[in-house]
Amino acid sequence: MKINVKVNGKQYERDVEPRTLLAYFLREQLGLTGTHVGCDSSSCGVCTVVLDGDRAVKSCTMFAVQADGHEIMTVEGLAPGGALHPIQQAFWDQHGLQCGYCTPGMMMTAYALLKRQAAPTEPQIREAISGNLCRCTGYQNIVAAVAQAASQMAAPATKQAVKA
Amino acid sequence: MFPAAFEYQRARSVDEALAILAKHGADARILAGGQSLIPAMRYRLARPAVLVDINEIRDLAYLREQNGALAVGALARDALLETSPIVSRYRLVADASKVVADPVVRQSGTVVGSLCHNDPAGDWPVAAIAGGASVVVRGGKGERIVPIDEFLVDSFETIVGDGEMAIEVRFPTPPEKTAGAYYKIERKVGDFATVAAAVRVTLVADGTVKDGAVAIGAVGPKATRVTEAEKLLRGAKPSLDLLRAASDAATKLADPIADNRGSVEYKKAMAGVLVRRALAMAFERLGIGGLQ
Repeated sequence: MKINVKVNGKQYERDVEPRTLLAYFLREQLGLTGTHVGCDSSSCGVCTVVLDGDRAVKSCTMFAVQADGHEIMTVEGLAPGGALHPIQQAFWDQHGLQCGYCTPGMMMTAYALLKRQAAPTEPQIREAISGNLCRCTGYQNIVAAVAQAASQMAAPATKQAVKA
Repeated sequence: MFPAAFEYQRARSVDEALAILAKHGADARILAGGQSLIPAMRYRLARPAVLVDINEIRDLAYLREQNGALAVGALARDALLETSPIVSRYRLVADASKVVADPVVRQSGTVVGSLCHNDPAGDWPVAAIAGGASVVVRGGKGERIVPIDEFLVDSFETIVGDGEMAIEVRFPTPPEKTAGAYYKIERKVGDFATVAAAVRVTLVADGTVKDGAVAIGAVGPKATRVTEAEKLLRGAKPSLDLLRAASDAATKLADPIADNRGSVEYKKAMAGVLVRRALAMAFERLGIGGLQ
């Protein structure tokens, strides 16, 4: 079945079997391996991508055909020009990852969260990422990273001032 | 594992969805949020030959108060309820909307889909029973409004017939002096409920209970109304003894199976505990504290 889908701003036309899951379409047909696959049953959240701008979805639990006519953003889309997105920079600054396996999903969940809620409280951040499992960090630095990203994305001017 | 092959059909209106369903009968399933159906297909527990995707029927993504009820369309996702100000006075519905699966799953999963899936450990069937909900079911021959107790037939089975689809669930607007609560025990966020309980009580002016609804989930083949506890509540004065008696009725009725979430004894005991906690919370929300 032919589908047209925009991924990270680029339009793709591909032929897919209806049963192809979005995560596998992104990884195997588009070569975007930043989206990881973990539990394969919507529990762990490593495959999280953003659908239509502000909705986080676990791409192992959505068919690629459902994305026909829609827009997907993967972790690769965070830094199209190579410069780190504030969320990526914050994960770097706060040491929000160790092995990195959960990181793309964490970042995309954080991205959708900050689109819907620009200034989340710490409990809200913890709640928002509760469907994304990390087995390394104990979450503390991930929460700190999302909080940093939120404040920098809300006030880019302040960030410049701090840097200077 | 990958799902078995199927034919994908995208419906752009309810009529279009019904036409596809009419053509394929029992071989077709509706795909809404997909958060239960797709995993079930992956485990090959479900093998529909045709999937009718209703995600493009934006008309069904509504959440509104009308005709004395909160009307939740078939494409209204859990996250919509979680953040909606109009849901906040439907305390039981608001409680449930915050604990379904996990926050990412709630951005896809739908209330009506959960009812249609009717998982014995699902949140919405329990909440819908205590909330006195009814479901609007539409087919080629027209529409019927089905009370939730009739709608939920058995494990993974509802009254929705071949060629029909559920298009809306209605939670009646709580009358004055009414509150509810929803509680569940889960091992971790996103796991199936170990035990769940939902209640709703209405008081009369002198503080006695006019009416009470109590339901438990994950402790039997389907979510169950605890009729005995409801009888005890009617006309009674809120008290620790009353809560204990209602709790005992839930423990007695609970008929769970032992699994890695707990033994039969544990789950039966927790069904009672959750009913007690939920009732205490509902009464507290009505200004009657000290029952925790």
